[in-house]
Amino acid sequence: MPHSKPVNAAISITSRFENIELVERVVRDLMINAGLGEEAIQPVIRALWEGVANAIRHGNRGELDRRVEIEATVSPVLVRILITDQGNGFDVASVPDPTSAENLLKPSGRGIFIMRQLMDRVEFSRASGGGTTVVLERHLGTTERREVGS
Amino acid sequence: MKSEVIDHEDVRTIKLSGKITIGAGDVTMRDLIHAAIDDGKKKILVDLGDVKAVDSSGIGELVAAYTTVAKNGGRLALLHLSPKINDILQVTQLVTVFDVFDDEESALAAFS
Repeated sequence: MPHSKPVNAAISITSRFENIELVERVVRDLMINAGLGEEAIQPVIRALWEGVANAIRHGNRGELDRRVEIEATVSPVLVRILITDQGNGFDVASVPDPTSAENLLKPSGRGIFIMRQLMDRVEFSRASGGGTTVVLERHLGTTERREVGS
Repeated sequence: MKSEVIDHEDVRTIKLSGKITIGAGDVTMRDLIHAAIDDGKKKILVDLGDVKAVDSSGIGELVAAYTTVAKNGGRLALLHLSPKINDILQVTQLVTVFDVFDDEESALAAFS
């Protein structure tokens, strides 16, 4: 029977890209247990993928001894995910618009943009122990919203 | 990610399946594009019909493939976009960059 109360999980991974699949499985299971279907799950998983990949590549700069901590809370109406790296932080305002003409043919720089298209809230802050935390939130059950490939 | 390479006269079709995501498929695609250029191919068609997932790294590799082929005097087009990939190309405004075809016959005709 689906949980009507929020369910949560905390995961800690080393900075390996193959670990993103492990995180995906945990969050997917949480969402299924909360009674959510693939339509709700897909955009969250895609934003999660971008967030964890960013934390490994740009936050921890691929250094294997640096970890990424993920906390996910899922209810039938809201998914909230916190992703924290152990990097040196960055100024999100300095990230250029990947859709502007001068950036359109650049091979990178679209991760945050895609997260923002998929989620209702994408917020970066300095983590208390150093590093960066990104909060991803998506309200569920909203009928009218712009979807990206969900 | 799995791949299949088919040459139709001077057009190389690279048929991809699975995921084009960070650490899984992005490097493979880059190698396939470089192999095509090394083989002297100027017309490259990337068939994404069996690709199940693409992340921003995969999109970045598509863009890098496009610019690499163009810099070598060639042309790269995309075939069989799923709704998911089409949407992500729309929102990133990359549909204005790529030539996109729904069927192979039209793509091959456009290259000739």
